Amino acid sequence: MTTTLQTRPVTETPRPVRTAPRRRKPRAYKIFRVVALTLTVLLFIAPLVWMFISSLKTNVDIYDASKTLFFTPTLDNYDNVLGRNNYFGFIFNSFWVALLSTIFSLIIGVPAAYAMSRFTMHRSAIVVLMARIIPGVSLLVPWYFIFANMRMVGGFGVLILSHMFVALPLIVYIMISYFDSTPLELEEQAQVDGLTHIGAFLRITLPLSVPGLATAGILSFIFSWNNFMFALVLSGANTKTLPVAIFNFVSYASIDWGSLMAAAVVVTVPIMVIALFTQKYIVSGLTAGATKG
Amino acid sequence: MTTMVTTTPSMWRNYSTWANRNRKWLFASPAMIFVGLLIAVPLGWTLYLSVTDSEGSVRAKSNLVGLSNYFEVLTDTDRFWPAVMRTFVFTGGSLAIELILGMCIALLLWRPFRGEKWVRVAILLPLVATPVAVGMMWRLIFDPNIGFANQVLSWIGIPAQPWLSGQYTALPTLMFVDIWQWTPMVVLMLLAGLTSLSDEPDEAARIDGANSWQRFWFVTLPLMRATVIVTIVLRGIDALKTFDLLYATKGKGGGSFHEVETLNIYAFGLSFDYNDYGIASTVLILFFLLIIAIMWVLTYRRKANRS
Repeated sequence: MTTTLQTRPVTETPRPVRTAPRRRKPRAYKIFRVVALTLTVLLFIAPLVWMFISSLKTNVDIYDASKTLFFTPTLDNYDNVLGRNNYFGFIFNSFWVALLSTIFSLIIGVPAAYAMSRFTMHRSAIVVLMARIIPGVSLLVPWYFIFANMRMVGGFGVLILSHMFVALPLIVYIMISYFDSTPLELEEQAQVDGLTHIGAFLRITLPLSVPGLATAGILSFIFSWNNFMFALVLSGANTKTLPVAIFNFVSYASIDWGSLMAAAVVVTVPIMVIALFTQKYIVSGLTAGATKG
Repeated sequence: MTTMVTTTPSMWRNYSTWANRNRKWLFASPAMIFVGLLIAVPLGWTLYLSVTDSEGSVRAKSNLVGLSNYFEVLTDTDRFWPAVMRTFVFTGGSLAIELILGMCIALLLWRPFRGEKWVRVAILLPLVATPVAVGMMWRLIFDPNIGFANQVLSWIGIPAQPWLSGQYTALPTLMFVDIWQWTPMVVLMLLAGLTSLSDEPDEAARIDGANSWQRFWFVTLPLMRATVIVTIVLRGIDALKTFDLLYATKGKGGGSFHEVETLNIYAFGLSFDYNDYGIASTVLILFFLLIIAIMWVLTYRRKANRS
């Protein structure tokens, strides 16, 4: 430490100049920042690491405090979860429900968001955003009445419909702020060149909106994949999604912690892999509208 | 046939002109009809159920009972009002800590540094993790006998805590989990707001000799007001509706003493664990009115501030 202090020439830290964009921060602050950020990252990551580690332990090792970090890893828990409990079926259920509800929501949500952004239909936008505000249970009760009488409970249709309800407001919200920040000159230019309004939307605006569509689509997939409440009530034995399947794990008297953690890893890892590769889109989606106020 | 050939293009042109002229409603209506059908009809039905004694099965006969459900719920100091209180404690407490913590972390991340990308990845992971899996993960960590949390406490000589299983510790513990999972969201939103600020007011304050705390408190924070309010609204809505985490960790009724029973858990339990649809609908209508009232206050104040 002393050497670095000695080798730094005094002239290198001039008095602040007005136009300098960034100022040299004091060393103490730099150290504080590194420590604080490391702690933050550790706090956010450690529990997830712990979940993963526990999924590699036998139940005996989980109960043994001396084997907190030093143990013989085993894949038995994964074998147990994936082999015996029809988890592949649940994974496929989750996947299809999330994918289809996302696609259908994009199809009806994107044009709506476009119209709302283009024609500043604030009142209509509020109707769609109400879907985000209303607690899911208050819709679930009447849905359950209606769909039980139509004998649809336990089918995929009702699951996709209910998950569209999660996806649609999200997609409309993200796409409104995306279209709001997109210049429309190109589209107007295309209309001068002879395209109709709808033609210009389909051929110019939509292709230009691919990043926005990706953002909305990925986020809606994630939220649908993670959703628990709707599937808990509306799914049947064959249409259970992963979160519901995991929840059913704990209804037994004693918990098989190893397998439970393996199941938790199975549901979390796909979504995290998607998140890692698409983090740019996720961040822009989550922060959509945050800066406009 | 010739007439067909001659009329079809013009018909198509007519449709096309019509479609282009009415594209505003053509584009917006599918989504609005969908949301309308799935909101308006269910809300109407919930309102209807709230004045009936519907119970047991969805096909059972029910009778109109007027407003007696509302009297019953509003005078219920056993389950309803404690649930309202827990909802406020959970939402308000978590939100306040998330905002303060989130602002600190956002300020740390504000100026570019090496390894920035990795920090961002790290704070993204809790956000996308499945809430039910997160609940299970913390159940293991907070297990009174084998959990890592008590292990850490034993290293520094603090006696083991019941955490999730305690009557008075469960709600704070779950607030902690909520803070763990959603502070990153607050960080991202505030960071987006911070990075969109222009440097000039900060520079001007610096030249006037303001120290970093004064610059934050008198310059940055006022400029961030809109972002902070948007963050409060969005995070607040979701926190009020928290279900996955509470139900996954504590199950029906929010535990044996109803220690984490918020309005959402209470209403869900009444509906699907006890099939008491009439009372459940009443609770839901009141819950809905409460949320609308909160939203109205927040957005009304925002408009008032703006003008």
